[in-house]
Amino acid sequence: MDLTFSAEQEAFRAEARAWLAAHVPADPLPSLDTAAGFEAHRAWERTMFEDRWSVVSWPTEYGGRDLGIFEWLVFEEEYYRARAPKRVSQNGIFLLAPTMLEYGTEAQKARYLPPMASGEEIWCQGWSEPDAGSDLAGIRSRAARNAGGDGWVLNGQKTWASRGAFAEWCFGIFRTDPEAERHRGLTYFLVAMDSPGVTVRPIPQIDGETGFAEIFFDNVEVPEDQVLGEVGAGWSVAMATAGSERGLSLRSPARYTEAADRLLQLFHQRGGPAASADAVAQAHMDAEAYQLHTYWTASRVARGHAVGVEASCNKIFWSETDVAIHGAALDLLGPDAELLEAGAPGEWLDGYLFSLAGPIYAGTNEIQRNVVAERLLGLPRG
Amino acid sequence: MDFAFTDEQDALRQGVRTVLDTECSVDALRAFELADEDGRAELARNRWAVLAELGAPALVVPEAANGLGLGDVDLVGVLEEAGRACLPEPLLETAALAAPTLAALLPDRAAAAALAALVEDDVSFAVGGVDVTVDGVVSPTAVSADGTLRTPRVVGARDAAIALLACRDADSGWQLHAVPADSCTVYPTPALSSSRDLSTVHWPLDSETLLAYGVAAEAAVSLLADRAAAGSAALLVGLADRMLAMTATYAKERHQFGKAIGSFQAVKHQLANARVALEFARPATYRAAWSLATAQPTLSHDASMAKAMASDAADLAARVGLQVHGAIGYTWECDLHFFLKRTWALSRAWGDAATHRRLVLAQVRRGAKGTRTAMSDSRQ
Ligand SMILES: Cc1cc2nc3c(=O)[nH]c(=O)nc-3n(C[C@H](O)[C@H](O)[C@H](O)COP(=O)(O)OP(=O)(O)OC[C@H]3O[C@@H](n4cnc5c(N)ncnc54)[C@H](O)[C@@H]3O)c2cc1C
Repeated sequence: MDLTFSAEQEAFRAEARAWLAAHVPADPLPSLDTAAGFEAHRAWERTMFEDRWSVVSWPTEYGGRDLGIFEWLVFEEEYYRARAPKRVSQNGIFLLAPTMLEYGTEAQKARYLPPMASGEEIWCQGWSEPDAGSDLAGIRSRAARNAGGDGWVLNGQKTWASRGAFAEWCFGIFRTDPEAERHRGLTYFLVAMDSPGVTVRPIPQIDGETGFAEIFFDNVEVPEDQVLGEVGAGWSVAMATAGSERGLSLRSPARYTEAADRLLQLFHQRGGPAASADAVAQAHMDAEAYQLHTYWTASRVARGHAVGVEASCNKIFWSETDVAIHGAALDLLGPDAELLEAGAPGEWLDGYLFSLAGPIYAGTNEIQRNVVAERLLGLPRG
Repeated sequence: MDFAFTDEQDALRQGVRTVLDTECSVDALRAFELADEDGRAELARNRWAVLAELGAPALVVPEAANGLGLGDVDLVGVLEEAGRACLPEPLLETAALAAPTLAALLPDRAAAAALAALVEDDVSFAVGGVDVTVDGVVSPTAVSADGTLRTPRVVGARDAAIALLACRDADSGWQLHAVPADSCTVYPTPALSSSRDLSTVHWPLDSETLLAYGVAAEAAVSLLADRAAAGSAALLVGLADRMLAMTATYAKERHQFGKAIGSFQAVKHQLANARVALEFARPATYRAAWSLATAQPTLSHDASMAKAMASDAADLAARVGLQVHGAIGYTWECDLHFFLKRTWALSRAWGDAATHRRLVLAQVRRGAKGTRTAMSDSRQ
């Protein structure tokens, strides 16, 4: 057991830190859920990509550095420490990419991964539908063979697609075999958002910005090579993506340790009642426990083990920790908490609103508790 | 970075588990509680001998003192197994508290003699006289009119060959003593977890038994408190794991309304919450062991964090365990009660979760932050 990083990893940390110090924009970018902010964040992705910082763990041929999981974690620690911009390409690089590296053809990887890494093509996730949220296997959007037999025709409606208002591409699951058992008749598609028949209706989120969108598909033609994985295997391909979403890649621990450190500073500045001291201490411990748990899991992965169902514990823990950290900050801010100012109070308020979505997206925490109970503790379904 | 146990460490833990599965089964725990004092002492002696054969009590005694020369990372899995089994004997006190404390004092004569007894005669040690509070480490040892010292809640004194006892007075500060059993008068104290060996010990202040005093004793005692926090966290992690396993099994077997109660979501979600708490207390506990083994500057922070998280996780597993068992869990007949009571005792011993949360905060304010981002700051 060794909980220190190697000299090479520390050298890599120093390199990342220096690069970020020189390049992270001094003023925060406008919100990525606005048209101007989206483009500003895209430009930032491009800047990172040019110096090979956007996807350090990817193979070099697609724009990465071929680094291991610990280097990725180190990079993330530095990224959050530098308070660098939110990743507008996160659905692509953190969710779709691991799935594509596993299930994609060589041609698909070569076609989609480099522009994903550079921010030239930003992806959104089209899974949820108005009548299929937690019960994802109940989706009704469908794909049928086209007349020529060389592609597919999509029809239906997706909703809550983050960044759907501005994204170039969408990865989604569609029903290709209405006769098959619910989980079996699904297929994973890659769809260009400018295809004829795609209509996007932005939806303002709780903060008023258009963070997600409804997407309507009206006889949208999609060629055969935009199927990811096997036809009919969409569910298992989607579950690989969901594993990334809940497990290691979507929410790196640095995000929480950085927020917990800021919470500590806020507490030092403002003070607060005993209950706040407890909440601050607990937030710090939970963020650090999540970091340790990630190192633990990553060490298993580095030794060739699979991540395992324990990942479902992760999603519950990081999302609850996020709410607790930001809730504690608002408590410390007291009457200032409602102020939408640039800088400290407004930032905590934004963070709090966003944290409250965590227990809902990526599979609600109730659904994760079912998974933990059934698959880790072996309790009966139903 | 390699946050994992070696194959040898896993094998050692597995060996201890296999032995405790029989030597410390729930039937054995029941027999132990029902036995009279002589019978109890014999059962304890026999079980200790088996543990000694595995080398568990002297695991961290240095090779120079004829021990196995292993470290806290080797020990943490063994402690977790002792927690899982609800082991009555003072393995934490002997292996994780007294042995390394004595080893650090070598070549002191009294320390060397005590360690020799541990290695050669398979004795056990008692530990007492140190309490953890939000204001730091204090001693509950009191001086009576005739000069005798009285230490309450000493663990393991009934069968120990030597008691490691601390006292403190305002003028001369801390003293740490290795007091032989024949100098101690032991008054067993009835306690919630009847298989936990608690006593009030009366002992004479004698320069012959003195191991350390003043700043040296203070340092030894505060390190002992960190060891106790980290070690009891490991016991609690084992207890939580066991209670969860027992409760999940029960939830699959017990039927109401025509189905297993474990299929009701209200039951599932309680158990899932306890499972999540355990999942994250575990790495915190293993990290504390590593910080002990490698004398990290963040040790006090890391030990307190482990104890806070493990206490909360085990308390939750106990609460959920009892609730999901229903009335049967409220009986002496159901095995669960052994583990509940040990949890309720240990979650508060050596500082409860609230105390350690405050200690964590104090450490962080002092700048001994444990987060990676913070550690990087301190390197600049
Ligand atoms: C900010 C945000 C971003 C999102 N981004 C995307 C995106 O990019 N792409 C995408 O496809 N989707 C996205 N989603 C949608 C998200 O995946 C769904 O909201 C989620 O799956 C839950 O579905 P639902 O909202 O329909 O809630 P429902 O499924 O209707 O659930 C409502 C409530 O009932 C509970 N519930 C439902 N079933 C059970 C059960 N079996 N047991 C116990 N409780 C149950 C839920 O836990 C929840 O509390 C996003 C959501 C948010 C909030």
